[in-house]
Amino acid sequence: MTPMVEAQGVHKRFGRTEVLRGIDLSVAAGEVLCIVGPSGSGKSTFLRCVNHLEKVDAGRLLVDGVLVGYREEGGRLHELREREVCATRRDIGMVFQRFNLFPHMTALGNVMEAPMQVLGRPRAEARAQAVALLERVGLSAKADNYPSQLSGGQQQRVAIARALAMGPKLMLFDEPTSALDPELVGEVLDVMRQLAADGMTMIVVTHEMGFAREVGDQLVFMDEGTIVESGPPREVLAAPRHKRTQAFLSKVL
Amino acid sequence: MTSVDPGVRDAHNAPEDIKAVPVRHPGRWVAAAVLAVLVAQLVHFLVATSKLRWDVVRSYLFNHQILVGLERTVLLTVGCMAIGVALGVTLAVMRMSPNPVVKSVAWLYIWFFRGTPVLVQLLFWFFLPTVIHSLSFGVPFGPSIVHADAKTVITQLWSVLLGLGLNEAAYMSEIARAGILSVDEGQTEAAQALGMRRVQTLRRIVLPQAMRVIIPPTGNETISMLKTTSLASTIGYLELLGSAQLIYARNYLIIPLLLTVSIWYLVLTSVSYVGQYYLERRFGRGTARDLPPTPLQRLRVLGFGRPAGGLG
Repeated sequence: MTPMVEAQGVHKRFGRTEVLRGIDLSVAAGEVLCIVGPSGSGKSTFLRCVNHLEKVDAGRLLVDGVLVGYREEGGRLHELREREVCATRRDIGMVFQRFNLFPHMTALGNVMEAPMQVLGRPRAEARAQAVALLERVGLSAKADNYPSQLSGGQQQRVAIARALAMGPKLMLFDEPTSALDPELVGEVLDVMRQLAADGMTMIVVTHEMGFAREVGDQLVFMDEGTIVESGPPREVLAAPRHKRTQAFLSKVL
Repeated sequence: MTSVDPGVRDAHNAPEDIKAVPVRHPGRWVAAAVLAVLVAQLVHFLVATSKLRWDVVRSYLFNHQILVGLERTVLLTVGCMAIGVALGVTLAVMRMSPNPVVKSVAWLYIWFFRGTPVLVQLLFWFFLPTVIHSLSFGVPFGPSIVHADAKTVITQLWSVLLGLGLNEAAYMSEIARAGILSVDEGQTEAAQALGMRRVQTLRRIVLPQAMRVIIPPTGNETISMLKTTSLASTIGYLELLGSAQLIYARNYLIIPLLLTVSIWYLVLTSVSYVGQYYLERRFGRGTARDLPPTPLQRLRVLGFGRPAGGLG
C-alpha cells in the first residue's frame, strides 16, 4: 500500500540557512506520527512543506503517492499551477499554533467558509455539516460566537472543525497546544485523540510527550534539520539512544 | 466561632462605603469661564452683526441654483471616491504583486499622481482636448477600432471625475496597502491551507479584515474630497461653490453666499460622519466583544441619562 506521506531526502533552505537537511520518513494511512524536538529544529518547516506552504528545495515529498508542489514530466519537474496546488491542499487539513481563525466570521462561518468557497457546496448543506462538526468538537453552543469571544481551547477546537470540513485524508497539527493555558490543553488533545481513534492519518508537531506516547504510532526526534532518532514512541521516550535525544527529553519530561 | 460564607456579603462585617471630600479643580472653572466669554463674543458677532446678512443666507439656502450645485457636488464626491477606491485597491494589490513590471507601473502611477498638484491635473484633463482632438481604441500602434472626438468624451464633468478620481486613487492605494499589510500573515496561510485561491483569500479573508484599518482614513479622504470638488468651479463646472460664485457675480452678496455654501458643506460632511460610523460598526464585527452604541442610541442616552464627567 502506498504510504500517505513519504519523504525522501527533503531539503529546505531559507537564503543560506539550511532548515531541513535530508528528511526521510514514511507515514502509513491511519497512522499518527509525532514530531518532537527543540525549537528551530525544522519540525514546523517540514510540516509546512507537506501542504506546500513552503517549497521543497531538494528531495521528494509525496502525499498519497503524488508529488507535492511539482509534476514529473519527461524526466523534469514542473511547478504546479495555483489551481493544482489548491486542489492538493483540499485533502490536507492544517491546524496552527496560533489558531488563525478568521476573526470576522462566527465559529459557524469559519467552518462553512472553505466548503462553500472551495468546494462550491450550497449554503444549507455547508451549514448542516458545520453544525455537525462543531457538535463533534463539543462546541454546538458556541456556533454563533466570534473567535474573540472564545477561549484559546475553544478556538483551537473550532480550527480543527474548520480543517475537518474539507474532508481531509491527512491532518497536520503545528504545535496545536503550545499557545494554550495549561488547563485548556486537555480539551484540544481529547478532540485529537478521538480523531486518531477514528482512523485519521495525522502528523503532529508537539511538546506533549504524554500525548505522543499514548496516541502516536511513530515518534521522530528532530534537531538542526535532521532526524536524530525515530521509532515507536514508548521506546524512544523510555530509552533514547542518542545523546541529543537524551538531553532534550531530560529537560522536557 | 461563626463560619462566614464568602459568597454572601455580611452586613455587620462589611466596611462602610468611603465618603471622601472630592478634589476641587479651580483651574477648570477659570478655563471654562474664559472660553465661554470668547464663544459668547463670537456668537454675538455672528448673530448681531447685520453685515453678515443672515436673511440673504436664509433666502439662498434653498435657491434652485444652489441646490443644483449641491447635487453636483454630491455626484462628484461619490463619483471621484468610487474611481479612487476601485483604482486605489487595484493599485495596492498591484504594488504587492510578484511581477516586477506590474509593481513598477503601480509605483510610477502613485509617484506621478501624488507628486503633482491636483489642480494641475484637473486643468490638464480639461485642456487635453485642445491638443488631442480624437481618441481611438484599437490595436496598440495599429489600426483603431473605436474612434471618438476628444471634446465630446472629455466633458467638464469627466475632466473633474478624471482629475480628482485618478489623483485620489494614488492616495487610496496607500491606504488600502496599509490595510492589507495590517492583516496577520497567518490569515492568508490558514486560507491557503484550506485550498482557497489567492483571489478568494483576498476577497473573503484579507480585505474584510483590512477594511477596519482602511475605513477611518477613507472617511477622512471622503470629507477632503467633498471640499476638493470645489476646484471644479475653476473650469466652469457649476457645483456648489461655482453656483454661488455665479450668483454673487451678479448681486455682489459675496459673504452671505459663501456662508450659504459653508452651511451646505457642513451638512454634507456631517452626513458622511454618520455613514462612516455605520461602516466601521459593520466591519468591526468580531473584533470587539461589544459594539459601541450607534449615534441614535447615544442621543437617547444623552436625553435620558446623566452626562458623564462634570466640571467638578
